[in-house]
Order: sequence, then C-alpha cells, then structure tokens
Amino acid sequence: MTETPRISLDGVSYTYEEAPSPALSQATAAIREGEFVAVLGHNGSGKSTLAKLLNALYIPTEGTVLVCGYNTKEEKYTWEIRRRAGMIFQNPDNQIVATVVKEDVAFGLENLGVPTVDMIPRIESALATVRMSKFADTAPHMLSGGQKQRVAIAGILAMEPSVIIADEATAMLDPSGRQEVLDTLLALNKNKNITVVWITHFMEEAAKADRVIVVSDGSIVEDGTPGEVFEKTDRMRELHLDVPHMTALAEELRSEGMPLPGGILTVEDMVREVEKIICPSKSAT
Amino acid sequence: MSIEVRHLTHTYSEGSALSAVALDDVSFSIQDGEFIGLIGHTGSGKSTLVQHLNGLLKPTSGQILIDGEDLNGEKVDRRALRRRIGLVFQYPEYQLFEETVAKDIAFGPKNQGLSAGEIDARVRYAMDCVHLDYEKYAEKSPFELSGGQMRRVAIAGVLAMKPSTLILDEPTAGLDPRGRDRILSMLEDLHRKENTTVIMVSHSMDDMARLATRLIVMANGKIVASGTPREIFSQREMMTSIGLGIPDAARLCGALREKGYDLPADLYRPEELKQHLLRLWKEAGKC
Amino acid sequence: MLKNITLGQYYPVDSLIHRLDPRIKLILTIAFIVAVFMVHTLAGYAVIFAFVFWLSRLAKVPFRMLLRGLKPLRFIVILTFLLNLFFTPGEKVLVEFWIIRITEESLLQAVHYSLRLIFLVLGTSLLTLTTSPVSLSDAIEILLTPLKKIRFPAHELAMMMTIALRFIPTLLEETDKIMKAQMARGADFESGNLFNRARAMVPLLVPLFVSAFRRAGDLAMAMESRCYHGGEGRTRLRVLKIQNNDWAACGIMVLLIGLIVLEGILL
Repeated sequence: MTETPRISLDGVSYTYEEAPSPALSQATAAIREGEFVAVLGHNGSGKSTLAKLLNALYIPTEGTVLVCGYNTKEEKYTWEIRRRAGMIFQNPDNQIVATVVKEDVAFGLENLGVPTVDMIPRIESALATVRMSKFADTAPHMLSGGQKQRVAIAGILAMEPSVIIADEATAMLDPSGRQEVLDTLLALNKNKNITVVWITHFMEEAAKADRVIVVSDGSIVEDGTPGEVFEKTDRMRELHLDVPHMTALAEELRSEGMPLPGGILTVEDMVREVEKIICPSKSAT
Repeated sequence: MSIEVRHLTHTYSEGSALSAVALDDVSFSIQDGEFIGLIGHTGSGKSTLVQHLNGLLKPTSGQILIDGEDLNGEKVDRRALRRRIGLVFQYPEYQLFEETVAKDIAFGPKNQGLSAGEIDARVRYAMDCVHLDYEKYAEKSPFELSGGQMRRVAIAGVLAMKPSTLILDEPTAGLDPRGRDRILSMLEDLHRKENTTVIMVSHSMDDMARLATRLIVMANGKIVASGTPREIFSQREMMTSIGLGIPDAARLCGALREKGYDLPADLYRPEELKQHLLRLWKEAGKC
Repeated sequence: MLKNITLGQYYPVDSLIHRLDPRIKLILTIAFIVAVFMVHTLAGYAVIFAFVFWLSRLAKVPFRMLLRGLKPLRFIVILTFLLNLFFTPGEKVLVEFWIIRITEESLLQAVHYSLRLIFLVLGTSLLTLTTSPVSLSDAIEILLTPLKKIRFPAHELAMMMTIALRFIPTLLEETDKIMKAQMARGADFESGNLFNRARAMVPLLVPLFVSAFRRAGDLAMAMESRCYHGGEGRTRLRVLKIQNNDWAACGIMVLLIGLIVLEGILL
C-alpha cells in the first residue's frame, strides 16, 4: 500500500516513572485513513497507555509514534497532533471545562486562536453533527452521561480532526448512553471518513469495528477483523475477555457437529446461518 | 427477613417549581432468600427506591415495612432496622477513606459499637466473602489496589455489618470482564451459601439472566412488570417499548420463532438455545 | 435535588440591568460604593435608597430577594450600630444611665455606619444577582489584563474561577452521594459535640479530596489534549462589547454622584 497510515506505531514502548516494567512494550501497528479500530483489553493491559501515546500526552520511551505523519517526539508538532487526533476520555464529568455547552465546544478553538467570527459556525455545525444543538446554552451538569460525551465529541469535531481516539468513553455510561456515543462515532467514521480508535473492554462494541487489536500485559497479542479475533474463543477467555454470545454459541453448536461457518458475531448473523442449514419446522402450526 | 413496600410515592423538592415525582405509588414485597434484579432506565426511579429501603430517603407518602415494622415509624429503632439492610452505592470505591483495607472495612462495625474482637472477626468474614486474602490485603492502603479490588473492599465494608438483605446499585459498572465476573460469583456465593437476600440494580440483562430469581422492571417511577427472568425476557415487546434490552439468547429465540421455527417462547439461556437448535437440526434435517 | 441549585445568588431573568456589560457593572458598583461613602445626610441616604429600589425594579429582581443578602450580615450591621452608638464621644447627651451614654453625635454616626454597610451589601448583591458568575470572571479577567505586565496571572485566575464554577455542582452532588454512602455504613454526621462532629467529617472529606484530585488530574489531561497552553494567543467565544445602554448607565451613575456631591455642599 502506498498511502501513509493515519497512525503508525513502530516498536513503541512506554514505562511510567519508577515503574519496574513497561506498561506497553514493542507495540507495532498501522492504522489507515477511515478505519474504525477497536482496541480491546482488560484493565491494566496497557490499552489506555496506548491511547495517550497517540495524542502526544505520553512520549514513547522507545520507538516512534507517527500521527498524520508527525512524530510525537517533536515538540513543535504537539499542538498540530492534538488538533488532528482529538481524544475523549472515560469520565464524562472530568473533561468538560466550561459552564455552558457551547462554550465548552469553543474551548479547543479558543486555544487554537481561531477568530471569534469563525468559531460560531464551527460550533453550531459540530453540535448539529452530534445532535446536541438544542442544548447549546445548557449547563453541562444538567446533561446525561451520554449527552456529556457527545458534547466532548463536538468539542473535538469543532477542531476538524482526522482521527478521534475514544479512551473507554462508554465505560461509565448506561446502555442507552453507550449506544448514543458509539453510534455517533460510527456515523462520523462512515460519513466524514474520520479514523476512529475505540478503546474498550466491551466486546459487543468491539464487534462493530472494522478491526480489533487486542492488548494484554502491555503487548499487542491479536490484530484482525472482529470475526477473526473472536473466533479464537479459548484464546479470548484466556486473556480474560468476553466473546460475543452468538460467537460462543456457534462454537458450541459446531462442536456438536452442526456445520456453522466462522465469523458469527450477532443475533442477525446467527439467524441467517441457521436459516441456511435448518428449515423452519414443518410441524410448526 | 421480609420487605414490604406499600404505596410508596416520592416527590423531589415538593412544592417548588422544580418538583419531580420519582416514585409513583410503588408496591411490592420481597421474601427471604430472593435474588431480585431491579431493572429500568436511568431516571426510572430505581436509585430513589433503593435509598428508601435503607431509610436514607423518607417517603412523601406510603410505607416500608421490614418484618412488619414500619421503617419510618415513630416507635421503632430505625438505626437497628437500617443496619439489617446493607446498601452498596454505585462506584462504592469512591467512599473509601481509611489508611488500611482492614480499618476501612471496620468502619461500619465500629459504628455499630461492636467489641474489638468482634470487629476483627467481622473484617475477616467480610474479606473472605469478597474473596480478598486477609493476610495479603488487610494492611494495604485501599488506594493502592486495582479498581475491581477497591470495589470489593467497599462491598466488604457493607458486608461486615452482616446485613440480612444486601442491596447493590450497579455493582459491576465500569469493571472489565474479569472484575465483573469476580463480583458476580461473589454475589452468587453470598446468596447461595449465606442465604442473604440480594437486591441488585443493573443494566446488564446478561448478569440478571445469570443470577436473579425474580426481576422487577421499573419505568417512569412505576413498577411495570415483575416475574421470573423467564417470564420477563419472553415479553420482548414490553421490554423494548420501555427502552430495555433482553439477553442475546432471548433475542435469538424470538427472531427464530418469527421465522417459523418451533421453539418455546421463553428461552433465554444460551445452553437452552443450544439444546433446542440441536434438536431442530436433528429433527428437521437439511433444507 | 442538589442538581438544580443556582450558583451564587444569580437571579436568572432577562432585564436591562442583566444585559449590561459585566465590566461596566463591576466598575459602576465600585462607583456606587464610593457614592455611598460620600453621603453625609439622611436626605442623601433617601436618594441612595430610591436609586437602589429603582434599580431593583429595572432588574426585575424582587426587592425582598435583595434584602435577603443582608441576612447573613445582620449581626455585623447590628454590632456596628451598637459599637458606634455607645463608644462615639459626643457633647449633646440624649440618654445617660449607668455606664451607657448616648449622644446625638454617636446616634448619627451609628446610623451612618450601619446604613453605609447596608447599602454596600445591597449594591454588591445587585451586581451578583444580575451578573452570572461566568460573566463576572470574564469581567475580572479583562479588567485585570493590564496587570499582566507586572506578571499578574489574570488569565489563570479567571480560568480557575470558571473551572471552580463548573465543578461546584459536580462536587456538591458527590458530597451528597458520599455522605449517604457513609450513612449507610452507620456514620452519624448530626449528633455529638463539636469535636466528635469534626471527626465524623473525615470519612466524608478524605474521599472528597481524593476524588477532587483525581478529577483535577483528569481535567488537566483533557485540557492539554484539547490544545490548552495558557492564555497566550488564545481567542474567546464570548466577546464583551460596550453598548449605548452601558454609556447611559455610566451617565446615570455620574448624575447620582453629582447629586450626592451637591448635597454635601448644600446641606
């Protein structure tokens, strides 16, 4: 492939100060433009460290991280990297700075020195994209968790990024909030071709990505399509990760001799495959 | 111990312009040894309800009877009644404050005025319940532990008061699969071995399918359904209409039935689905 | 619920006074205080009172609301009155018994000082009732900007104020939650003597501090990731612009001060 990847990691290691062993070691991966990549791993696996390396919040102790072609080690590119690769965090409360939604969306633009007249349309369009326009003048503490995360996404969108990194952005939300946030990013990925790095420990979410990277004990241990990765059910359990229920069920049925193919992730997949091998019962009345 | 809730209504900031009805004429009862799954949307009134069961909130109207005694009655020993109902809040690890795990867990028993010997026994008991090794963790600072371990310490802090009913508000929120499984198996043990009545608020239908003996479904401050997981999860339309999901296996069962497959309506466990699909496959043969 | 509290005492309605530029309001409040201190006669206070009353009507703030601001300070006002009444030396004795001696001078001074205090509070209350905390912090930042030359951290100060305002509701909610959680473990925040009560706060304060620090760390990282690097080269969404109304307000204040000065000369 000739295109330069949006993000490339080359032998990246990171050790926290005074930590005996690296939190991430020898990670190598390339993420292409427009990909929706889920990074899956249990707590302490190194997946959050990885996220922070992509935004120049951490600088690798070894190896190189390139974001849109810029090396995170070079300080002069720090702001450019952060503008192009925006990040949303786990706790919705701890990333909203302003006391009014639209002012929070403006925060990044203010930092970049965007003239006031140019800010207003950018804020309006960002809020419209995440369907939060009617909350423009609301105080953040009156919003639900999912709404707060969408405001955070709008704050990044206003900066016109090419990559969005979501560091466990749904971990503290209820199911409908999780759905809102994931749907918002899936739509941005599809409609605006924004590259998304989705860090999570929910396998249902990872199953919706184009690609899943599994991190365990500071190393990248699996990298492939959700079908390929979740197919290895024993391996996933060994890594203390869940497998989609339907994938697990398919595997059990296969072990009993039922000729189901691999790559079943959702209920819809399962229904489709069952229909191929079992006819609806003739005895059904 | 039985809990009976009669016509419980709670209005926040009553009389002001901001008043909001959080609970609207809620009645139900819970028997000894049940494992209740309390489900509902954020804002459906679940959290307000559980805070009433332990006396932290007072009803605007209605009653809560613990073994027949009114929790908010004039003559009863409210503190003694409250003590029998342990309440674990959401993200309970945020309430830890002591220098060591053992001291933090001892906070509740100390407030109960127990002797030093009894307190120590309680701490050991509670740590054992949450599967934390006493020798290894008792003298550690709770702030050095992992998120999942901190949560277990916080739950131990409530268990050390030996409540006969344990209420937990989303005990697995924010934990990874391993942390979640530890909490769930711990609750399973408590329910089975100690015969503790458990009321668990959760958004995870899979957790509910695994543990609950009865589900209570709330929406807009009211109870809209109550029954075994099997009864509740077969009501797919009702659940989706109030914005709640059902376990994948129940969804698969419903989808296949719609296609004309001969399956019982109330399957919700993957094992059951597996058996029935194998049966269909052997009976119906190939297409 | 704690979620619905209004911050400070901001009274959120739309009025002429609410719409004034916060910088102008801040400066005019200071001018008003100066005017109050220039008053020497009861007639002058009557003018001031009429002015405050008129402003409260204009601001659509109930006058009772304004008076409520005095409540926490009532003891200080009474104390000021009594101290001045009893301890100001004077000639024309009005009442004298035992060790108490009230003179005409002392009575006048007591009235003066307590009225000054009252109007000072009313004036600043009017400012905080009609100006949101955020606008106030904006005004302070801009007014203090010239001090940047002597390395005064005007931007940082305003940013701190904004963040504090943003997190007050969050932390209040959290306090409520932790308090309930500890009460569920048998903590008692209400009974006992002062010492016991202070000790009972430990299980509340430690988690609150731990959480505040965690939040601060998270927020710092989130701000950095959104390209925050101090006030340098920063633009603003909210731009304050002085309008005709603001000039009119200034004019009225000049008139008031003129009136007070005139009163000082004539009476």
